[in-house]
Amino acid sequence: MAGIAGYGAFIPRRRITTEEIARQWGKDPGTIQRGLLLQEKSVPGFDEDTITISVAAGRSALARSGVSPSRVGALYIGSESHPYAVKPSGTVVAEALGIGPDVHVADFEFACKAGTEAMFVALALVESKRVDYALAIGADTSQGAPDDALEFSASAGGAAYLFGRDDPLAEVVEAVSYTTDTPDFWRREGEFYPRHGGRFTGEPAYFKHVTAATSRILEKTGLEPGDFRFAVFHMPNGKFPLSVGKALGFTRQQIEPGWIVPTMGNTYSGSSPTGLAAVLDLADPDDLILITSFGSGAGSDSFVLRATGLLPQRRGLAPSVRSMLDGQHRYVTYGEYAKYREKIIVND
Amino acid sequence: MREVAIVAAGMTRFGELWGASLRDLFVEAAQQTVESAGADRVDAIYVGNMSAGQFVGQEHLGPLMADHLGMAGVPCIRVESACASGGVALRTAFLEVASGASDLVLAAGVEKMTDGADVTEVLATASDQETEVYHGATFPALYAMIARAHMLSHGTTEEDLAWVSVKNHHHGALNERAQFRREVTTDQVLGSALVSEPLRLLHCSPVSDGAAAVLLCPLDQAAQYTKTPVAIRGAAMATAAMALADRRDISFLDAVALSGAKAYEMAGIGPEQLDLAEVHDCFSIAEICCIEALGLAPPGQGRHCARTGETGLGGRIPVNTSGGLKSKGHPVGATGVAQVVELFEQLTGAAGARQVPDAEFGLAQNMGGTGASSVVHILQAV
Repeated sequence: MAGIAGYGAFIPRRRITTEEIARQWGKDPGTIQRGLLLQEKSVPGFDEDTITISVAAGRSALARSGVSPSRVGALYIGSESHPYAVKPSGTVVAEALGIGPDVHVADFEFACKAGTEAMFVALALVESKRVDYALAIGADTSQGAPDDALEFSASAGGAAYLFGRDDPLAEVVEAVSYTTDTPDFWRREGEFYPRHGGRFTGEPAYFKHVTAATSRILEKTGLEPGDFRFAVFHMPNGKFPLSVGKALGFTRQQIEPGWIVPTMGNTYSGSSPTGLAAVLDLADPDDLILITSFGSGAGSDSFVLRATGLLPQRRGLAPSVRSMLDGQHRYVTYGEYAKYREKIIVND
Repeated sequence: MREVAIVAAGMTRFGELWGASLRDLFVEAAQQTVESAGADRVDAIYVGNMSAGQFVGQEHLGPLMADHLGMAGVPCIRVESACASGGVALRTAFLEVASGASDLVLAAGVEKMTDGADVTEVLATASDQETEVYHGATFPALYAMIARAHMLSHGTTEEDLAWVSVKNHHHGALNERAQFRREVTTDQVLGSALVSEPLRLLHCSPVSDGAAAVLLCPLDQAAQYTKTPVAIRGAAMATAAMALADRRDISFLDAVALSGAKAYEMAGIGPEQLDLAEVHDCFSIAEICCIEALGLAPPGQGRHCARTGETGLGGRIPVNTSGGLKSKGHPVGATGVAQVVELFEQLTGAAGARQVPDAEFGLAQNMGGTGASSVVHILQAV
C-alpha cells in the first residue's frame, strides 16, 4: 500500500505576538486572543521564503525516508506565496535537494489547500506506478493586509511529504477531495494582499467543505471519529478547527496534538500539513490519523493514514514540529515585523 | 382621501443571506404577501431600496422586480430616501390608494448588503458628501457625535445606551426572523469593541440582507382579502437639514418630531394612545432621540426608558418589539416596511411570544441618514 515514506517540517524562529499586533492598531488583544484563539505567529526573515522553507522541510522528509533524491520522480509545491509569478519554485527546490533532472515538477496553487493538493497528486502518481517516489510540499510566507483580521494569523512555515510504495512510515488508507466554486477569499493578479468575505469564509466556505470532505472519507472507509487517535483540520485560526472537529464528533484530545495554530499561526498551504507532521511526531504504530485541509475558492482534501512500525524508528532523524515551535525563538516588534515583511518602503 | 388598510404582510428572515440575491429576497417577501391575501395581480408596486446600484450594481428595480414576481406590465418604481426608503415607499403606496388612483398596491422594501461592497462607504452617501463625508465622517462617527451631544445636554451615559441594545436583543430573541436571536448583557455591550467613541459594536445595527412587503387597499374593500385588516390612520414625512452642523440642536431630531406631529394630527391621536412603536434604532442613541422626538418620552428623559422597562415588552409603551434594527437586522431599504410588518402582526394578534396584549394603535418611524428624512405611520386594528 502506498504511503508516506518520509516527512519533514520547517517553522521560522521569529515570532510576533497577538498583543504586539493589536497594540499597533489600537485593538484589544484579549478580544482577539479569545475570539481567534491566537497567541503568536511565526514571521519569516529576509532570507526565508517558500523556496527555503520547502528545501528545509524537504531535506527532513528525505532524511527520514532514507531514499536517495535521485529516485524522486515528481516534485510538487503548493503555496500562495511562490516567490515568482512566472518561474517555478519547484526547480530551485529540486536542485537544492539533489532531485532530478529526471523529475516532473509543478507549482500548485489552491489557496490554503495547495499543500494537500500536491500530496493528493503525488500519492496518485505513486499508486499508479508512474513514479517510485513523489515529494509533495505545502509552504507559505502568508500574506495578510495590515490592520486586517488576517494579520493576526498569516504566518510562515511548511511541511514536506515523500510518497512511496515501499516501507511507508504511514500508509494512506484513503483520500478524497471535495470542491465547489465558492469565492470566500482571493487575491487577484498583481495584488499584494488577499481579500476575503469576512464571515462568508466560515459557514458556507470552511465549515461546508471541511465537513463534506471529512464525512465522505468516513463514509468511504466505514470509519467513525472514535476510531482515530488524531485528527487535523485546516487552521485558519484557533477556533474553526476545534468547532468543525466538535461538530463532526471528534474530541479535543484527538485534535490538540496537531492544533499548532495558537503559536504558529496560519501557514496557509503549510497549515494542515504541518499539523499532520506534529501528529506523526507522536503517533504509535497502527494509530489512525485523519487530516482534512481547506482551500478557499473552495475545496477540501481529506486523507486517512495508518502509522506503521517504521515511524517511531525514523522520526528522530529530523527535527520535530514541537522542537521548532517551542525551541529557540525570538520575538520581534511590530516595527521589525514590518521591516521583515517588507511593508516599509525603502530605496533600493 | 379614502381610508386605506393593510391586508397582508410578509418578510424574509433578516441576516447574512448569502444564498439569496436582491431579486430572490424581493420575490420571497412579495409573494408571501400577495399569496396570503389571495390576490394574483396588483395595480401598482413600490419598491423601497436605498442603494442596489452601489451594493450589487443593479438599478432600474421597478421592471426587474415586477417581472420576477410574475407581474410584468404592472407599474412599478423604486423609491429612495436612504434608510427611510421602505417607509417612504409605503407612504407613496398609501397616497396612491387614498387618492383613488389604484385599489390594490404592494409596498415593499429590499436590500442586499452582503455582496462584497464597501458597506460603510455606500451608507455614507446618505450623509452630506461635501460637508461631512469629504472630511472623513461615517455613520457611526455622525451618530457618535449625536450621542456625545445628548450626553452633554441630558447626562446620558454609555450604560443608558447599552440598555437599549439589551432590551432590543431581548425582543429580537423572540423573533424567528431576527438576525441575532440572542440576549446580550450590559457588560457585553460595554465590553464590545469601540466603533466610534462612545458607540461600541453592540450599540450598532448590523449589515443585513432582507426584504419585507405589505399589501394596501381601500378599507372598504379589505374584507375581500382578509378578516383582520389594519387601517393606516397616519402617514407623514418630513425633512430636516442634511448635515449635523446645519441643525439647531444635534441631539434633537427635528424631522422625526415633525413627521410624528403630522402623523398624530392625521390620525387624531396622541402618543399616549399608542400601544407600541417601532422606531429607527440604527444606533442605540437613535432610539433614545426618536422616542423623545415622538413624545414617547419627555425631552432628555428617553435615556431612562430601556433601563426602567418602560419601553420593554410589558412596559408602558413597548418599543421595537421586533428586536429593532439592532437585533432583527437592518437591510436598509427593507427596514421601514419590516417595521410595519411587525405592527401588522401585533395589531392582528399574530406576534406570538412578542404579542402586546390588546394592541390597538401602533406607530412606525423610519429615517434616512442622521434623521434628515423621517417617515411615520400610525396603524389601528379595526
